[in-house]
Amino acid sequence: MRRVSRLSRFNIASLALGLAFLYLPILILVIYSFNASRLVTVWGGWSLRWYHEFFNDRAMIEAAWMSLRVAVSSATIATLLGTLAAVALSRGERFRGRTLFSGMLYAPLVMPEVITGLSLLLLFVALNAERGFWTVTIAHTTLTMCFVAVVVQSRLGSLDRSLEEAAMDLGCNPLRAFVSVTLPLIAPAIVAGWMLAFTLSLDDLVIASFTTGPGSATLPIRIYSEVRLGVKPEINAICTLVIALIAVVIVVASLASKLSSSQGESAAPL
Amino acid sequence: MSARRIFARPARFAAIAPYVWMVLFFLVPFAFVLKISLSQTAIAQPPYEPVFDLTAGWDALRAAFATLSIDNFKLLASDDIYVFAYVRSLTVAVTATALLLLIGYPIAYGMARLPKAWQAVAMVLVIVPFWTSFLIRIYAWINILQHDGLLNQILLALHLVSQPVVWLSTDSAMYIGIVYSYLPFMILPLYATLAKMEPALEEAAGDLGAPPWQVFWLVTFPLSLPGVGAGVLLCFIPIVGEFVIPDLLAGSNSLMIGQSLWLEFFTNKDWPVASAAAVVLLVVLLVPLLLYERLQKRQLEQGR
Repeated sequence: MRRVSRLSRFNIASLALGLAFLYLPILILVIYSFNASRLVTVWGGWSLRWYHEFFNDRAMIEAAWMSLRVAVSSATIATLLGTLAAVALSRGERFRGRTLFSGMLYAPLVMPEVITGLSLLLLFVALNAERGFWTVTIAHTTLTMCFVAVVVQSRLGSLDRSLEEAAMDLGCNPLRAFVSVTLPLIAPAIVAGWMLAFTLSLDDLVIASFTTGPGSATLPIRIYSEVRLGVKPEINAICTLVIALIAVVIVVASLASKLSSSQGESAAPL
Repeated sequence: MSARRIFARPARFAAIAPYVWMVLFFLVPFAFVLKISLSQTAIAQPPYEPVFDLTAGWDALRAAFATLSIDNFKLLASDDIYVFAYVRSLTVAVTATALLLLIGYPIAYGMARLPKAWQAVAMVLVIVPFWTSFLIRIYAWINILQHDGLLNQILLALHLVSQPVVWLSTDSAMYIGIVYSYLPFMILPLYATLAKMEPALEEAAGDLGAPPWQVFWLVTFPLSLPGVGAGVLLCFIPIVGEFVIPDLLAGSNSLMIGQSLWLEFFTNKDWPVASAAAVVLLVVLLVPLLLYERLQKRQLEQGR
């Protein structure tokens, strides 16, 4: 009760304004994607015309398909590697090069994407690797496994270690204790990590531009080259579809993290 | 205690795969950037030569090292466009981060004052835009800010302006875009520290006669400094290298370093100069990057 009374009008106003600022532009975009008019800003009634246009645009569909494939593969590899990294960092105590390891895991979180993208391109060129699906997937895995590691690590950090210890006292070897006790407890964070990696990959423009080859553009690359030429109503429709897809992913992820918070401990941070 | 020790050993092996991956795809690429930034422009024109030909043996490697030059860095320092781009990147990042702090703080503060159940809802609401595509959110602003866009329509309808204002391709548009994109990165760390704060401290200050602004300035704000630090770093570092937002929303008359890098790479195809620019950018960001890493580590240790 006390906390409620501490909410001043100023608090409520700043919150409301802040949320409106965050959501109104997206809302407007979604509404205009159903606009019948060719002029983006003139309202010509409701229509699915631009969705039609998108589904008949081969290049766009191909780019969307490429993006989805990259996002699923890189998120899966990133979840595997990121979870291993989180386990090593929170359960492995001290090992050689631990500082370097954690440094390498945090740096990509804030590193400007131009640098990461450029350096990976130089590597792929040096290796003479054909650029396309796999190079983008590797690049996205490198970036997103760091996010997975942070999410899973914070879950592992809040976990009661005595559960693992009890399992081992009862005769489980460490691997068995991990698989049958720890893994189910951190599963929601792993799911949330996968979802985060998936959306980050689906969203990425800069790193994908550097690491992809001719003829294998991802959806953001296509959207970007269209947007640079000016606003096209078809882009509104594509963006709305992407938002819808991500919304589904968020709902699943939040269900997963709700599952995790109902198991006692605090929910995953993302 | 003993069980914990047993767990520690195999858990270390978990590091092998991600470790190798990060060395291979994060650390080694930087070595390439460094190497190419030191090579001569002429020999680096595409089609591109292999960087380190390890099969050629030690002598070839020595010969390669002999040809290293710092010409590209000299070029960067003498080229006004680059010097200007670095200065502009830093100015934009400082201004945008200050704006983010000013706008984000009241929002985070409001969130922390909500009843507990509502706090969780507000947090989800702030995170969701972070999940939705970054490019899409910038595109949404282009819709609003363009010449016959919604903002001008509203301003005209309210008779606040007599003719459409030019928003797109201005610095204001760029700042709107940056603030909009990075706001969740500022709010979340601020909220995390503000929500943990003991309300009794503020109440005590109030009971002792401090007016609200003094309570805020002498108690709340100093206690929230760790969150301020994290939020500032989390926004400042990526904004310095920002490319997409200034490219789509700002005018074409002045470039930020991320854009110059991109142009050098894709339009001029001068990879050595682009690499040198990336190295300088990295050096500029090294201090805030290390600061961020230390802050992150401390927070994780406190969280245990």
